Amino acid sequence: MTEGHLQTYVPLLIHMLVAMGLAGALLLASRWVGPRRPSRAKLQAYECGIPPLGDAREPFAVKFYLVAIAFILFDAETMFLFPWAYAFRDLGWFGFGAIGIFILFLAAGDIYLWKKGVFDWNR
Amino acid sequence: MVEQFTFYFFAALAVISAVLVVTVRNAVYSAVFLITTLLATAGIFLQLRAEFLFVVQIILYVGGIMVLFVFVVMLVDLDVALRQVQFNRQKWVALLVVLAVAGQLVFALALGSEALGLPAAAPESLEPNTESVGLRLFESYMLPFEIASILLLVAMIGAVLLGKRQKPPRSEA
Amino acid sequence: MTLFEAYPLLLVALVKTGILLFLALTAVAYLSWFERKVVGHIQSRLGPYRVGPHGLLQPLADGLKFLFKEGVEPQGADRLVYYLAPFLALSLALSGLAVIPFGPAEIEIFGVRTTLAVAEVELGLLFLFAITALGVYGVALAGWASNSKYALMGGLRSSAQMISYEISLTLSVIGVVLLAGSFNLREIVAAQQGYWFGAVPRWFLLPQLVGFLCYFTSAIAETNRAPFDLPEAETELVAGFHTEYSSFQFAMFFMAEYTAMVIASCLATLLFLGGWESPLPTTGAFAWTVYLPTVVLGGGGALLLVDALRHHRGFARGVLALLGALLGGAAWAVAQPMILPLVQGPFWFLTKVFLLLFVYVWVRGTLPRFRYDKLMAFGWKVLLPVATLNALVTALVVLLRESGGLAGVLR
Repeated sequence: MTEGHLQTYVPLLIHMLVAMGLAGALLLASRWVGPRRPSRAKLQAYECGIPPLGDAREPFAVKFYLVAIAFILFDAETMFLFPWAYAFRDLGWFGFGAIGIFILFLAAGDIYLWKKGVFDWNR
Repeated sequence: MVEQFTFYFFAALAVISAVLVVTVRNAVYSAVFLITTLLATAGIFLQLRAEFLFVVQIILYVGGIMVLFVFVVMLVDLDVALRQVQFNRQKWVALLVVLAVAGQLVFALALGSEALGLPAAAPESLEPNTESVGLRLFESYMLPFEIASILLLVAMIGAVLLGKRQKPPRSEA
Repeated sequence: MTLFEAYPLLLVALVKTGILLFLALTAVAYLSWFERKVVGHIQSRLGPYRVGPHGLLQPLADGLKFLFKEGVEPQGADRLVYYLAPFLALSLALSGLAVIPFGPAEIEIFGVRTTLAVAEVELGLLFLFAITALGVYGVALAGWASNSKYALMGGLRSSAQMISYEISLTLSVIGVVLLAGSFNLREIVAAQQGYWFGAVPRWFLLPQLVGFLCYFTSAIAETNRAPFDLPEAETELVAGFHTEYSSFQFAMFFMAEYTAMVIASCLATLLFLGGWESPLPTTGAFAWTVYLPTVVLGGGGALLLVDALRHHRGFARGVLALLGALLGGAAWAVAQPMILPLVQGPFWFLTKVFLLLFVYVWVRGTLPRFRYDKLMAFGWKVLLPVATLNALVTALVVLLRESGGLAGVLR
């Protein structure tokens, strides 16, 4: 491990550990200090004062999955755009053409999703 | 010293949580352990100075693909999942096969690691390498890169075809 | 490099982390006071004014109250994940602060020269995006673990919203990366040095105005703030993913949200507003601007002292006078020739961050909440294409300029 590497990531690691320690300490402190008087009604899930009905974890609208899939695909697109943006002065027009074709395909996909109504929540 | 310690820490974390992914019965716990595995792998990337890969691993795998997993798994009815019979009655056979394959791998590596021509890792010589990732991607691997975009397009169409095959139930969310 | 040699490094890192986290948590606490005050005045109310003068001790009272309240674990909740979610949310949000540089100066701690950032990460920008990408789990897991319908729906909704706007958030900064050619936050600021026509600062705000608007809109949605605060749409979802959270677990979600706001504003300042660069030239007729930190701190201190003596008595007068004296002392300190160059960067940086935070609050006080379908449509149909086009047009313009205009291309 090089010195620069250590210089960079050891402070980062320490910071993250301290942040986690702080969050954990706050959680524990509030559990330790706060009172604990559970009762049946208090522990019930909040449903506007009506006794809870059925299980909360039920299959949901398929929309959420479609949005998540679209997200993954466009996320992959941005991950490809980043190295291009970084090296783009060296790549020049050639790189621009390459990324243009790449984005063209994804734009076609975007238009397809759009026409199919994936982005229309109430269709 | 530090290098070896960090490597074994991340490697152990990855392996242990990977085992937990398949042994834990609660699906959300499995997802959380899979996230831990992927994060530990990202840590190994970082230790190898592949900073860009580290970021991609986190943003794409942990922050992207695992979100979809969690979406699916969140809505599983836990009681039903717990009552279901597990289909791993042949676990001893599986263990045997795994051990055999692992033995073969170790044997092959011990015998022929020279022949594989694995380059020696030289972390001191590795400069910040995001730029070379970009240059390589667009110069040497141009065609695979463009094909990736077609793959993404196909995946989009597939997702819509599968997701919108029948009229979605009118459970508004 | 052995661990022993790294020892001063560890110590310095610990000190810097301690100072940063203390300041950040104080800032987050007072951001809540600031928000309530500003929104109050926007709505012709006074906002908090009972705990201490001008309600200045309100954050302290709130914190103590959160700490001493009962933490209820709802029936059927998954205990481990129920506590994991707020822990994740807060520790991730605080981790993001580590890579933000606050100024160009270097300070000396225990004989080690060190910069005004906990960690100098080469890919700082991408690291922050990675942290943002992980943030969705705090929300999703909280919604799942609570075993409540409102919490689950709220968790699903806000995670779908967060991932949708994450795309435009990352795409909107590609233009900046194209112009600066780096993911290093310091190099991005360095690329914004200087002035056009000797007076207009060369910030990326002007060439990347579209990118900035996309970024800030996405950042508001990404941090689940009004007008995109759908997860907390109390009229339909009670309180969204944190419906079943009480006591400090609840406070931790809030602290995470405010920290995320601070980080988003810091990033906007670094990427688009020139970071710690002064908007005024510091030479010639504007040389006096180096004393602006002194003027601002001293003026604030004087105002507090006058207010204490004229409108308050007893305890409130003491608190205000103490604060005024502290500000006055700070004003004197930053005018010292040794400290003067050190505070220039942080002063301008924090001023810009403060302005952006004010815009955050202002937007919340002004705009009504979006409808969920409109929100999703806006993210995918407007922001995503605009951010992509912005990146392409930026690349086109830069390439055209570097090859000497259209004629250069055709040659």
